[in-house]
Amino acid sequence: MSKSLSSRIVITGVGLTAPNGNSLAEFRQNLLSGTGRIANIEMRYMGQVHAGVCDYDARKYQTRRELRNSTRAGSIAVYCSREAVTDSGIEWEGLDTSRVGVYVGTTEHGNVETEHEIYNISQYDYDVRFWSHHHNPRTVANNPAGEVTLNMGIHGPHYAIGAACAAGNAGIIQGYQMLLLGEVDLALAGGVSESIQSFGIFAGFKSQGALAVHEDPNKASRPFDKARNGIVVSEGGAIYTLERLEDAKARGAKIYAEIVGYHLNSDATDAVLPNSERQVQCMKAALRKAGLQPSEIDIVNTHATSTPQGDAQECQAIRELFPVEVCPETRINNTKSYIGHAMGAAGALELAGNLPSFEDGLVHPTINVEDLDPECALGNLVMNEPEKRPEIRTILNNSFGMLGINSCLIVKKFAE
Amino acid sequence: MTKEECKQVVLDIIAEIAPDEDLSNISPDVRLRDQLDLDSMDFLDIVMELRKQYGIEVPEEDYPQLASLDSCAEYLTPKFKEVSA
Repeated sequence: MSKSLSSRIVITGVGLTAPNGNSLAEFRQNLLSGTGRIANIEMRYMGQVHAGVCDYDARKYQTRRELRNSTRAGSIAVYCSREAVTDSGIEWEGLDTSRVGVYVGTTEHGNVETEHEIYNISQYDYDVRFWSHHHNPRTVANNPAGEVTLNMGIHGPHYAIGAACAAGNAGIIQGYQMLLLGEVDLALAGGVSESIQSFGIFAGFKSQGALAVHEDPNKASRPFDKARNGIVVSEGGAIYTLERLEDAKARGAKIYAEIVGYHLNSDATDAVLPNSERQVQCMKAALRKAGLQPSEIDIVNTHATSTPQGDAQECQAIRELFPVEVCPETRINNTKSYIGHAMGAAGALELAGNLPSFEDGLVHPTINVEDLDPECALGNLVMNEPEKRPEIRTILNNSFGMLGINSCLIVKKFAE
Repeated sequence: MTKEECKQVVLDIIAEIAPDEDLSNISPDVRLRDQLDLDSMDFLDIVMELRKQYGIEVPEEDYPQLASLDSCAEYLTPKFKEVSA
């Protein structure tokens, strides 16, 4: 059944910041050249930890005063949103911004500010008179999305989509749905992460035995490698402009991709351990909505975070759904091997890293695989070197999160 | 602390809070909010910095005393003397 133009949703602009790139072009170039940019940073109470740190120019879109009041997540969301709108070519002046919605996925929000404030009052013998009046506006869940509306003068809806590490995909899905419902005409949708400023995130993963350690920080995030030992926490963001196809065509927009399938489901089995059976169900449901067979997927971008169990579980799910014998053209890769785990930004950023495949026909590899774990030995896993393909037309992007939230998003190279 | 020094203290705090503002031509007898882009949260920042940096407490009912640089100096100079005594 063919869809009408108003029920087809397309990506027309991309704004991002990742540890290894502040634009899609720079990010892509580094994914093809095998360049990660993970640092060692000093973490309160913990000493040195590996982290993905972004170096985007925050002053490009915010005054010094705005930055003083902004959260890091808010600032990242502003940067990415403004970059996306610029990239989209949308005429912003005169636009009815009451028809613009801002949907920002976050794994968590508020930990950073609360930790900073507790540290702050510890310097004053825990006298709460020194607790900042900025704490509450900075910690409300809608802060990053709200900062975008303040900065850009947007009068449509804005809110956070909290879906743990599936939040980036969930943000995009929310934007897609709101466009389909006719609630907005333009969605700024994606995800952000400021998590590297929270010692609690690092300490929590460490206590869980899931924080990566390696003498070379750029080799610490190594999904599928036998010696993988945990997550590298990163900050970052990716926001997309999403529009109905009829609107995009009417203004002659560049179309990066069409969103053709998605699904979200819940494991209901464990707060932290993944469930490959539900992951399979999630991917299957997304494929069904897209009207695609597994063999028609050209790239499966994995969620794999470099934890021993999580990677193996996802590989089990992918092996079941995309066996090489049935899906000889499907290629599997991973973006966290470069940028670490950008938490709420992960799904959105990892999708961005793969979108240029529609143009350049390359599959970026997963890097840092020195000794492939047999449990993760998927036949068509692209490792360490990019692979040129005859044509890439479909990408399936997985993102899974704590409390058993699974998300799967399928995008297609645009064709009439 | 003299009244002039007191005004400088307030200006230094404002320079931190509103780093994009040009503070070179502030009229001391005109309301700060009429000359600068300061909102209520910024104003609370001034109160917080006086507390943090100088141990000066400004009760809420006295906030109007901080309207202009001149009124700040009138109100705060005795307080600075108290805390340094």
